[in-house]
Amino acid sequence: MNATVDDRPLLSVRGLGKHYGGRMGCRDVGFDLWSGEVLGIVGESGSGKTTVLNCLSGRVAADAGQVGYTKADGSVVDMRRLDESARRRLLRTEWGVVHQHARDGLRMGVTAGANVGERLMALGARHYGRVRGRALDWLARVEIAESRIDDLPETFSGGMLQRLQIARNLVTEPRLVLMDEPTGGLDVSVQARLLDLLRGLVDDLGLSAVIVTHDLAVARLLANRLLVMRGGEVVESGLTDQVLDDPQHPYAQLLVSSVLQP
Amino acid sequence: MSRYNFAYLDEQTKRMIRRAVLKAVAVPGYQVPFGSREMPLSYGWGTGGVQVTASVIGPTDVLKVIDQGADDTTNAVSIRKFFERTTGVATTTRTEAATLIQTRHRIPETPLRVGQIVVFQVPIPEPLRWLEPREAETRKMHALEEYGVMYVRLYEDITRHGRVAQTYEYPVIVDGRYLMRPSPIPKFDNPKLDRSPALMLFGAGREKRIYAVPPWTSVKSLDFDDHPFEIEHWDRPCALCGATSVFLDELIVDDKGGRLFICSDTDFCSRRRAASDPIPGR
Repeated sequence: MNATVDDRPLLSVRGLGKHYGGRMGCRDVGFDLWSGEVLGIVGESGSGKTTVLNCLSGRVAADAGQVGYTKADGSVVDMRRLDESARRRLLRTEWGVVHQHARDGLRMGVTAGANVGERLMALGARHYGRVRGRALDWLARVEIAESRIDDLPETFSGGMLQRLQIARNLVTEPRLVLMDEPTGGLDVSVQARLLDLLRGLVDDLGLSAVIVTHDLAVARLLANRLLVMRGGEVVESGLTDQVLDDPQHPYAQLLVSSVLQP
Repeated sequence: MSRYNFAYLDEQTKRMIRRAVLKAVAVPGYQVPFGSREMPLSYGWGTGGVQVTASVIGPTDVLKVIDQGADDTTNAVSIRKFFERTTGVATTTRTEAATLIQTRHRIPETPLRVGQIVVFQVPIPEPLRWLEPREAETRKMHALEEYGVMYVRLYEDITRHGRVAQTYEYPVIVDGRYLMRPSPIPKFDNPKLDRSPALMLFGAGREKRIYAVPPWTSVKSLDFDDHPFEIEHWDRPCALCGATSVFLDELIVDDKGGRLFICSDTDFCSRRRAASDPIPGR
């Protein structure tokens, strides 16, 4: 990691806004994400978390604001003004997107190995043996047995699907990963293993990540900093423990106190 | 004859199709949309090829029509008759005598020459179909040259079968740029597309697309470094003419499992047999 990258945030978002017709999706969202940092976005359903994430990746076109991204070569680009081919290329190389429903992010009709290898082949890998080798390596890293490499994702459990989706994204060693409810729909023990795995990967690879979740426990485990959203706006932001242990905004207080204690 | 315009189509339609053909030649491998017409034959029988042929044919052309390599099957005979009736041009079965060859499924074994035009009937022009269902998305993938998913398909084949199992309409990159589905010709014929002296035109009537490989254009079949592209091989020669290194059809000849392998190119085969001194196999 060279100095020019370190002294600028990886992602610098200012005044991000999106309206769906007359309805507001999000308004004036801004934050900086530094290299190696994990930012959590929490809030109830409909608070605009996923809209923010989709605006970042360009899956949804934002109406206002800037999304400044510092590329690996040190140059800064505004994702909103980048032409589509460059944006799609970045999404395949330096970014990864993990969808809430693994089926949205995977090709269900092709084997696990092909799913993991796709990004490599899209970037020009033309050696079958090496693509397969990398796929095996990554399946092992996300704790999927090597013997499953030639199985269709259809035959995988929910937790395995999510891990496969993560491997598929991380195989090209992206610098930034956007995750939408990565543990959604998984039972608690599977969630715990996935969180463990994610934490390990983030540490090992020095990944930066934006994780959208409604689950404060997930946020506490994974995120260094938190944004609390409500009605499309950021109502509170700060270090994770600070926000969760000493929330200032009434809504953040409500959110924290709503968590059931077993 | 008098009831129809020359080559059946009206002149405005022909001009429209010729413009599409010119664009297709200018951008090798790119699928040009065109206003495909209803033709007096059903979709799947060569409506695209017939429209392209009708637009480029002239009174001095000599036409050959083949279907699965044969000059004498129903589809070939019908289309040849159609153009005999509507244009009055000379027809032939001899590959080297033809100036215009409409084909379904094969490129003739006899080497093509400069000045010939081959018109392919294409059922599904989009090579990314079945991998990406959205037409808007496949066009974007072509525009941005995002062809990784095609390699996913080859990867899957090698994983499941130990080799690329696709034996026909094997995907190619034309002129180092566009991914193209070479109609349903066997992959055996793919090398004949590469730097061919003849102009190759592809017409898809139902899907309303025309694309082209101009003469001397590079056409590369997709492959992996460690699984290079290979064409089919047979361990025996043609049972009728003895030719080797040609595409053979398997023919079942009795109820006891008896079978013959014979040339799929009937013109090539019958002339080899007719000649007392057979011309050497290619």
